[in-house]
Amino acid sequence: MEELNSLFQGFAVVLTPYNLFLMCVGIVLGVIIGVLPGLGGANGVAILLPLTFSMSPTSAIIMLSCIYWGALFGGAITSILFNIPGEPWSVATTFDGHPMAQRGRADEALTAAFTSSFVGALFAVILITFLAPIVAKFALKFGPAEFFAVFFLTFASFIGMGKGSPWKTVAAMTLGFALASVGLDKVTGTLRLTFGHEELLTGFDFLIAVIGLFGIGEILSSMESGLKFQGAAAKIRLNAVLTTWKTLPKYWFTSIRSCIIGCWMGITPGGATPASFMSYALAKKFSKNGANFGKGEVEGVIAPETAAHAAGTAALLPMLTLGIPGSPTAAVLLGGLLIWGLQPGPLLFVEQKEFVWGLIASMYLGNFVGLIIVLTCVPLFAAILRIPFSIIAPVILVICAVGAYTVHNSMFDVWLMLIFGFAGYVFNKLGYPLAPLVLAIVLGDKAEESFRQAMLGSQGDLSVFFSNWLVGGIMGLGLLMLFWPVIAWVLEKATGRTKSAEA
Amino acid sequence: MNHDDSADDGPSLVSNRIVEIIVALLFLLCSTIVIIDSVRLGFGWIEGEGPAPGYFPFYIAVFMAVASLATLLQAVAGTIKDGGASFVSVIGFGRVLSVLVPTLLYVMLIGGLKIGPIAIPGLGLYVASGIFIALFMIVFGKDHPLKALAVGAAVPFVLFLMFEKWFLVPLPKGPIEAMFGF
Amino acid sequence: MTFTKISSLAVCAAALAAFGAGSASAWEPTKPVEFVIPAGTGGGADQMARFIQGVITKHSLMKQPMVVVNKGGGAGAEGFLEVKNAKGDAHKIIITLSNLFTTPYGTGVPFSYKDMTPVAMLALDQFVLWVNKDAPYKTAKEYIDAVKAGTDKQFKMGGTGSKQEDQIITAALERVTSPKKFIYIPYKGGGEVATQLVGNHVNSTVNNPIEAVAQWRGGALRPLCLFDGKRSTYTGKVTETQAWSDIPTCKESGLPVEYQMLRGIFMPSGVKPDEVAFYVDLFKKVRATPDWKEFMEKGAFNDTFMSGEDYKKWVAAADKTHFDLMKEAGFIASGPPPAAPAAAPAAPAEKK
Repeated sequence: MEELNSLFQGFAVVLTPYNLFLMCVGIVLGVIIGVLPGLGGANGVAILLPLTFSMSPTSAIIMLSCIYWGALFGGAITSILFNIPGEPWSVATTFDGHPMAQRGRADEALTAAFTSSFVGALFAVILITFLAPIVAKFALKFGPAEFFAVFFLTFASFIGMGKGSPWKTVAAMTLGFALASVGLDKVTGTLRLTFGHEELLTGFDFLIAVIGLFGIGEILSSMESGLKFQGAAAKIRLNAVLTTWKTLPKYWFTSIRSCIIGCWMGITPGGATPASFMSYALAKKFSKNGANFGKGEVEGVIAPETAAHAAGTAALLPMLTLGIPGSPTAAVLLGGLLIWGLQPGPLLFVEQKEFVWGLIASMYLGNFVGLIIVLTCVPLFAAILRIPFSIIAPVILVICAVGAYTVHNSMFDVWLMLIFGFAGYVFNKLGYPLAPLVLAIVLGDKAEESFRQAMLGSQGDLSVFFSNWLVGGIMGLGLLMLFWPVIAWVLEKATGRTKSAEA
Repeated sequence: MNHDDSADDGPSLVSNRIVEIIVALLFLLCSTIVIIDSVRLGFGWIEGEGPAPGYFPFYIAVFMAVASLATLLQAVAGTIKDGGASFVSVIGFGRVLSVLVPTLLYVMLIGGLKIGPIAIPGLGLYVASGIFIALFMIVFGKDHPLKALAVGAAVPFVLFLMFEKWFLVPLPKGPIEAMFGF
Repeated sequence: MTFTKISSLAVCAAALAAFGAGSASAWEPTKPVEFVIPAGTGGGADQMARFIQGVITKHSLMKQPMVVVNKGGGAGAEGFLEVKNAKGDAHKIIITLSNLFTTPYGTGVPFSYKDMTPVAMLALDQFVLWVNKDAPYKTAKEYIDAVKAGTDKQFKMGGTGSKQEDQIITAALERVTSPKKFIYIPYKGGGEVATQLVGNHVNSTVNNPIEAVAQWRGGALRPLCLFDGKRSTYTGKVTETQAWSDIPTCKESGLPVEYQMLRGIFMPSGVKPDEVAFYVDLFKKVRATPDWKEFMEKGAFNDTFMSGEDYKKWVAAADKTHFDLMKEAGFIASGPPPAAPAAAPAAPAEKK
């Protein structure tokens, strides 16, 4: 019960009106950062940093970490309203969130997204509170082979999901992999597929591809079928939050599964992006409404949001204990720690007790305050869809251009975004699935890197992927997912014999 | 997210089958490019470096080629799903172009353009955005020009405050901003 | 080549500066200064740049804010190319690590230190040979003997990036262990490398002190030797029993390998001398703060400051050294060949 004691001391530190005020400032700023593609946590810190030197380290880190929570909440807003994910982990939220908005249920989707974010974060913080030392050790077990197994599992759970042509799924996914391999090969330091163009050195950034494929592609589709978002005539319902809450408890199983996936991925540290994709894929496979996924199913919003937020929160643990930031925003927090002379590492929990528990207490409170702030704004966000298309469309296009430009400060990226936009429009009409394409762009190079690191270490021996229970278990799970359609078929035909299909 | 074509949009511009063939050919082109560069980089095993840099892209591209060949054959043979249906109607595509072309012009306005001897100076992102939004509203929304001007001025102004002043992110600026010393 | 243009500009600027010499109207930034990090988040350069940003803000050393941006794509080429292309922009500075030298040679991307204006050397970063605390090797000699006695490619060396400083050191070590070689496994960042060693996924690393110090203090890693000619001067205890100065040099342990990494500041080419002078002065002020001293000690840096001609000469010499080391290890890109470095420093752009 030592943890509980420390935690309550932490709450005592955090619960002052001044700190609560700082939390609100941080959250609002974070939401803005999450909403506008092109702004990152680094910008938020640039503004806040001068202010933080007049505060205690604990107050300062509370404010900075609240930017992080705010950004996690904010990422869902544009995904749902405009099909533009501002962060990689919000991509899976668009799959069902945006169709809900198109059917006039934006407020329900937003409420479900925010609430599940909160649930995911809460689950992860509780885990950090009581299991931090054990959990931190678990992260150390992950070498290149284990990382590859995690990515393999993510991809495997996405294959065989679409209803369309499997050839098109393969084509889309391989295109994503090919785009991800442009630029510098990290393992040998060789330039690939750049053909001497400096613009291609840094490869294709995920954000540019996604803004184009999803955001611009969506606007083009809307244009073709007339000057409006389909069914966007959102009614403003002030009680939307309460009515949605009533429906949420029945998805408890999806929530728990997503929490576990999220925490596991956050700690390992696979990160929030594979967590959200994997959680979405599993929810689709195992939900009885699975067939409706992609058409506006609340469960398809709950699953990725819960997992992403759980992972985002759990990712702070390896950052504190190992000094490895799981995301760019976490890296900014890491920078904050260093400025106050706090060295992340195994001793941080011992030497800086007050600070660490203050931070953990602020995770509880920050998420709670964040939830209240964003939920009160749900009708406001939903009302954005009532703005006429002739105004909102050019504004979205402008914001997309800004977002694409800021990635590398280059106009080349803005042109690239337009090309992706047209491709997104065509792919959508022909039934090429965008999800595997984006998944491969985001995780393709990481998967390749860990595969080659593992092969390098084992000198080409593939058995490294089954060398211990951990990596073997994950790979086995991946294979199970990959052949799930076959297994399900076999299960239907003859119950009892499943193992043969798996091998 | 397939948008069903409305039946009253007039004749079809192009059938799904033709577009399927074009896209599959583009995929094949893409895989060829990747394979050429992978072969240059090597796709075997390099002593001391493990799998060569071209290893992963090479096999990826092979998969891509196989998958797009399959789609191509289906489309050519006419057995592809919905192959005969209309990809887009003339009117529908006109509407798509009516937003795509102005957006292309808008991006051109931001950074300027240089084609041989013709050089258009860039207006910077803020001014270009204002013009784009206002014209879009007047032409497509049939909004009152004053309302369009107000929105066209307000949005870039807010963006300017947000990015240049508040978040310290420099965006492309043109001669007008330079007059004010930015 | 635009080189003549730059130097003629510089001459004009120098003439102007000489004309206005003595006047107190020194240049100051008029808008936010962009601080480019040619590396990802969490690594040594990133930590230092973010720390400097903090110190400057905390002590109000500059009126305009400083914005830190990571541009680590293409082994840092993204950041360096941006500075190279921002000729005359005095509101942009970049912190370097060894990839200033290694990336152009290793990848063939066209840039070099000559495309930028050197401002100041802030410190030299050390390298230490680390093993897991459960490994049986107490000294570098024991470890190297084990490598020699083992089979070829039995031991895995983890490091940051490919064909960069960590792999160069590994190649230098292989001269001693010859004919036995290490398997060098590249990772994204220093923090990740240290963690992989703690988790026993590699046998050793050559992490910078600041990347591994937390794990050393936590009792998870053991330092074997320091890749420097002399021991560290920091005698304050880091762990219960050991200080940085207690780590023997690799030379003492029979490993004649020395390597240090530049942590320095550069600006785009074509900037005016008083603009350079502002930043030299700024970093002198940063180095005078107690925060800096503490940071140097925590990371066991070799706290050396250089600017002007000295710094330029040092950079040119370091470039030559890297070219030779990489050539010997076979790391030079086979693509468009980068010009071999001249031994003499390039014509200075800010000579008075």
